[in-house]
Amino acid sequence: MKITFKVLRFHPERDEKPHFDSWDLEVEPTDRVLDLLEQVRGFYDGSLAFRRSCAHGVCGSDAMRINGRNRLACKVLVRDLDSNTITVEPLLGLRVLKDLIVDMDPFFKAYRSVKPYLIHTSPPVADGRERLQSPEQRERFDDTTKCILCAACTTSCPAYWSNGDYVGPAAIVNAHRFIFDSRDQGAAERLRILNEQTGVWRCRTVFNCTEACPRDIKITQAIAEVKRAILTGKLD
Amino acid sequence: MTQTHIFDVIIVGGGGAGLMAALNASKSAKTAVISKLYPSRSHTGAAQGGIGAALGNLEEDQPEWHTYDTVKGSDWLGDQDAIEFMCAEAVQAVYDLEQMGLPFSRTPDGRIAQRPFGGHTNNLTGKPVRRSCYAADRTGHMILQTLYQQCIKNETQFFDEFEVLDLILAEGAVAGVVALEMATGELHIFRARAIIFATGGYGRVWEITSNAYAYTGDGVAVTLRRGIPAQDMEFFQFHPTGIHKLGILITEAVRGEGGILINDQGERFMQRYAPHVRDLASRDVVSRAMYLEMREGRGIKGGRYLYLDVRPETVNRCAEEDGRTRPDGQPYRVTGEEILSKIPDIADFCRTYLGVDPITQPMPVQPTAHYAMGGIPTDLYGRVIVDAEKRVLPGLYAAGECACVSVHGANRLGTNSLVDLVVFGKHAGLDAARYATEAALPELPADALEFSRQQLDQLRNGDGSEQVAALTHEMQAVMFEDVGVFRTRQGLESAVEKIRQLRQRYAQGVRVKDTGKVFNTELVNAWELGNLLDLALVTAVSARERSESRGAHAREDFPERDDARWMKHTLAWLKDDEIRLDYKPVTITRFPPKERVY
Repeated sequence: MKITFKVLRFHPERDEKPHFDSWDLEVEPTDRVLDLLEQVRGFYDGSLAFRRSCAHGVCGSDAMRINGRNRLACKVLVRDLDSNTITVEPLLGLRVLKDLIVDMDPFFKAYRSVKPYLIHTSPPVADGRERLQSPEQRERFDDTTKCILCAACTTSCPAYWSNGDYVGPAAIVNAHRFIFDSRDQGAAERLRILNEQTGVWRCRTVFNCTEACPRDIKITQAIAEVKRAILTGKLD
Repeated sequence: MTQTHIFDVIIVGGGGAGLMAALNASKSAKTAVISKLYPSRSHTGAAQGGIGAALGNLEEDQPEWHTYDTVKGSDWLGDQDAIEFMCAEAVQAVYDLEQMGLPFSRTPDGRIAQRPFGGHTNNLTGKPVRRSCYAADRTGHMILQTLYQQCIKNETQFFDEFEVLDLILAEGAVAGVVALEMATGELHIFRARAIIFATGGYGRVWEITSNAYAYTGDGVAVTLRRGIPAQDMEFFQFHPTGIHKLGILITEAVRGEGGILINDQGERFMQRYAPHVRDLASRDVVSRAMYLEMREGRGIKGGRYLYLDVRPETVNRCAEEDGRTRPDGQPYRVTGEEILSKIPDIADFCRTYLGVDPITQPMPVQPTAHYAMGGIPTDLYGRVIVDAEKRVLPGLYAAGECACVSVHGANRLGTNSLVDLVVFGKHAGLDAARYATEAALPELPADALEFSRQQLDQLRNGDGSEQVAALTHEMQAVMFEDVGVFRTRQGLESAVEKIRQLRQRYAQGVRVKDTGKVFNTELVNAWELGNLLDLALVTAVSARERSESRGAHAREDFPERDDARWMKHTLAWLKDDEIRLDYKPVTITRFPPKERVY
């Protein structure tokens, strides 16, 4: 099938402001949007810049706006879009460095700020084996372990667009992953961080993040659970 | 203006091996990780089914059995001292990962869950054993995330989106690396006492591959250009179950949970090829069986694919035929819901890319290029070996898929890639730090940047008659056709010739049109194709010379293993267009070679 493929371009050494380039492409309905980007870079315009690696939705490199929604380019097929025009733009809320490549540093800084690692001060188990954790305890935080740090959620959030100091949904997801892990002892510290002005209270429950997540994490619910933990002081 | 940085230990690559090395080296040495991706994007994250370790959480198991299974899986080409070391260390490595916070799936009594995997057996009964420690079908993701989290806790220094172009040697030791900062287009020099390459594999050489775009063999190519050999490159694993046409991995855990392969006649054909463990035979064995089925016209609708069937009714029927039981002795029976809970990402891939629900429909699969058994030769401590006499190059280390210890020999067992990167990443990190405390910082040669500049200039100044994307497709087609699951002398000779021609066309014809400096991904991709072409040539020549069949190297003109002539590792050196080969002996300690039957 034939489609019109539009990409918002910005070459910092050449352009004063972004503009759309457009190509008429012959594609298969089962092609990924990433395949279209590769086709353009490979055969029409080598200067087109985008990030990609695994090409099947697990590395988180290629989050971008596709027909107005944050998606991974490798996880959206042409047939899913049901349109003869496919428009691709960089994520909103992060500075564009070139074409579809945005500055990820603020995103990773927010992630690091919530102490995204197991905090555990007790000595290892006496027999030298694993700590015990029941399947139910493990299930409690399963959903938020799936995060691939692609930034699709954070850059879909109006609260983040209006204030980049907000840690954003992805950072809260990664805090949640440890707060509700029965082996972790750092919940109080993380809840204190997320109770600050840059924390969870900036969330207005818009659900954009949940809709944007390519891993189907129930992000808004995770944020609500963190809010509740701050209010009640309980991790249930 | 070139920036120069000084560290004790530089690690090139931010995947599982690189991060394990960083965590261990930084305990006693000033360490940095240079990675062409953000580390959390690394291909370790795509590993699915598990990490093998004889914890014995669900049934009797022992590291000795893991050792023997790995030796057998390697078709007796793996070095047995290294395999024994790895399998013994695997148990503590898994407990260490759990200590770091890795969210393993759990057994009802709260221990790390384990599942069967291809080639892993109870050595007394010969039956599949539950050895693969897993977190659903996202084990690699959890390992990568956990190690990255620990690096953040540890305040590890990262240089993200820097592509290492060259290794600097001085006075017979390492002096540093040259890297291109993608955001600015500037070259940086990283001086160091020790360098660890942890750059992963090169599966993008093949047309159908499970590998990420990033898997372009950079570390092996860079060291080859500096006169360091590559070992056992003819051994490349084709995983039996890649999604038809796309190559995306469908984990062996699908078969571990009871899924089976069927042909166009609905037959469970692995019974004919591996009567004891059937669908859980070693990967090379299953991939060959699939090719033979397709060749005899039993591919689905006569095509180049077969079905992987994990529908509950199929699983339960086969479990009954096989007399499979649960750990408590109850018959093994599953529901669709239980299967989905064990392989949620696979279900997601099937729905996204195939429009297929694996609980109600079978999955179309074909063998897909997956894992490099070969790579930069090392010893047990990750130290790079530069000749058949096992001479070490001071300060140079490699770990993970880019290295060849060799623990995988001619064929890697499922789950052992993760064991390898955790165990040898750790030991490379520890030994590099130890070395760095003793070694002086070598002076840089005057022309430290020269070779990197030459390589980039060549790509800017070609005559423009060739396109990188087109050359890439040609290379991938040649390699998949003639250096794939089955090989012949004629096909390999033709492949060598075609790859030589592609290298010439690449050298003369590629001209990068983007003249900008900021994120010039066209330039980076063009350079990476040069790496792939070098490794394709080394692979094809190493394969052409090995006139036997062993593990993943299956020669139709030499169908038998030939221990008298070929029980040895290949070493290959690349100089310009010429490849020189030499061989070094296999270390055999406890397990004399015997016939390999599953």
